[in-house]
Amino acid sequence: MPVDIAPAHAAPPARPRPAFRKLALTEARLLLREPVALFWGLAFPMALLAIMGIASSGPGARLGGVPLVAVYEPILIAFVTVAFAIQGLPAVVAGYRERRILRRLATTPVGPVRVVAAQLAVNLAVALVATAGILAVGRLGFGVALPGQPAAFLVTYVLAAAAMLGLGMLIAALAPTGRTAGVIGTMVFFPLMFFAGLWIPRATMPASLLRISDFTPLGAAVQAMQDSMSGSWPHPSGLAVLAGYAVVFTVAAARFFRWD
Amino acid sequence: MALIDVEHLHKRYGEKIAVDDVSLTVDEGEIFGVLGRNGAGKTTTVECIVGLRRPDRGRVRVLGMDPRRGGPELREQVGVQLQESELPDKLTVAGAIDLYGSFYRAPADGRALLDVLGLAEQRNARYRKLSGGQKQRLSIALALIGRPRIAVLDELTTGLDPAARRGTWGLIEDIRRQGVTIVLVSHFMEEAERLCDRVAVIEAGRVAAVGSPAGLAGRLGGEQRIHFRPSGPLDGRLLAGLPAVTSITRTGDTVVVTGTADALMAVTAALAGRGIVAHELRVEQPSLEDAFVAMTGGARSSTLN
Repeated sequence: MPVDIAPAHAAPPARPRPAFRKLALTEARLLLREPVALFWGLAFPMALLAIMGIASSGPGARLGGVPLVAVYEPILIAFVTVAFAIQGLPAVVAGYRERRILRRLATTPVGPVRVVAAQLAVNLAVALVATAGILAVGRLGFGVALPGQPAAFLVTYVLAAAAMLGLGMLIAALAPTGRTAGVIGTMVFFPLMFFAGLWIPRATMPASLLRISDFTPLGAAVQAMQDSMSGSWPHPSGLAVLAGYAVVFTVAAARFFRWD
Repeated sequence: MALIDVEHLHKRYGEKIAVDDVSLTVDEGEIFGVLGRNGAGKTTTVECIVGLRRPDRGRVRVLGMDPRRGGPELREQVGVQLQESELPDKLTVAGAIDLYGSFYRAPADGRALLDVLGLAEQRNARYRKLSGGQKQRLSIALALIGRPRIAVLDELTTGLDPAARRGTWGLIEDIRRQGVTIVLVSHFMEEAERLCDRVAVIEAGRVAAVGSPAGLAGRLGGEQRIHFRPSGPLDGRLLAGLPAVTSITRTGDTVVVTGTADALMAVTAALAGRGIVAHELRVEQPSLEDAFVAMTGGARSSTLN
């Protein structure tokens, strides 16, 4: 008998299946095998912040009295969230559906939901690591203070991450293939980051543009993060905008998501 | 005891009827073949059995449970190999086995399973780097890692070279000896003939016939064909007069006689009576493939695509 695969009729009763932990670990390992994604999501934003920090030391590198490096911290935190939630997650999840991986999992005891949950968890975890890295580079490299209102910062971050992961899942739900999801992710990246102030920081936006930015998810997120970093609670309207996007995107994603 | 019981299964996608009316039972410990051409409704039938699709009408029971409601308890006991299902590109062979093993309470030894399937050297290879045959074998390993009572294998050896195909057949026989009930979906007749205890031939969404491969071949495949090159001049009427013979054709030196199961004995006796030796004598028994062609009215080919 070459290999024992005799049916496990009399299997010992319910040893807990380590499936979710294993799935999350596997998805994390797979992400670590994507050097390009890690470069854009982790290394690039930290390097960009360091460049801003070095530029800030010169005269005139302040916007509204705030050093450039401090202006860019929330923008780059938004950037890493988009990198993993919008550019990473949807392509992987839609690809898993396209390649019938979700279907295959549906025939196992753990089902397909947990692999999607693992993807969400892993992308959120890496975005958190990148965020911590950005805060660390700002603090240690250039003396930018950590958020003065940590609770407000955390609430903002959670809402922003929920909105972006929800949008990522909506893209995954609507895109027929992994490739299409990647393309849509890239197309969505530009307007999101434009209104977050990546190219024109909010402090220098004309009033009309600023008004639009207030109502985009990452415009609201950057403003609320900036407020909480400078030690005050953000205006409730900004948090309400973020919460609204989080709910709408998540509900729409759940509504349109297909497993095959 | 029937482990799988399908009664009057009906499934349509929009206007298109994928399965019209399929009933079948699979008994414990047997290898049951589901045969048919592409589009006949095999895969839809199997997808209903493993709970991936909801039947529009009819009743499906697997281990006494409705596959749509059996939940993890049922899926624990049914291993599945799906057509065209892949894995993440950068997942390694060992990683995949380890991951899928973690889904089950009492998984088999993954390393031993990979050895048997000839994937030992690919343990650390990434999925993307595997050949078609290696991917197929990995997919079989994943269907068996949970030590299922029932293994459902869709197009088991499609894409395998002949040596790998025979190796896989051997493995399936081993698995059955260990008490696993196997449902084999195939359009490859030689495979069904070699492995299956019983087969159901599905044609246009209905069961055209159920039985043992030999039984179906004998019942529907009809005739023996006897090929030989006579050592001397042969008068066709000598053989045409035999009751067991139905037709005679000549191609160059070669004579082909078709007839019933008794034809070979009658022909050799008649030739011996005239002192004629039959050189290069070859007899083709009716095969499952002949029966299949007779039932489905398709052109004769080795894979019946």
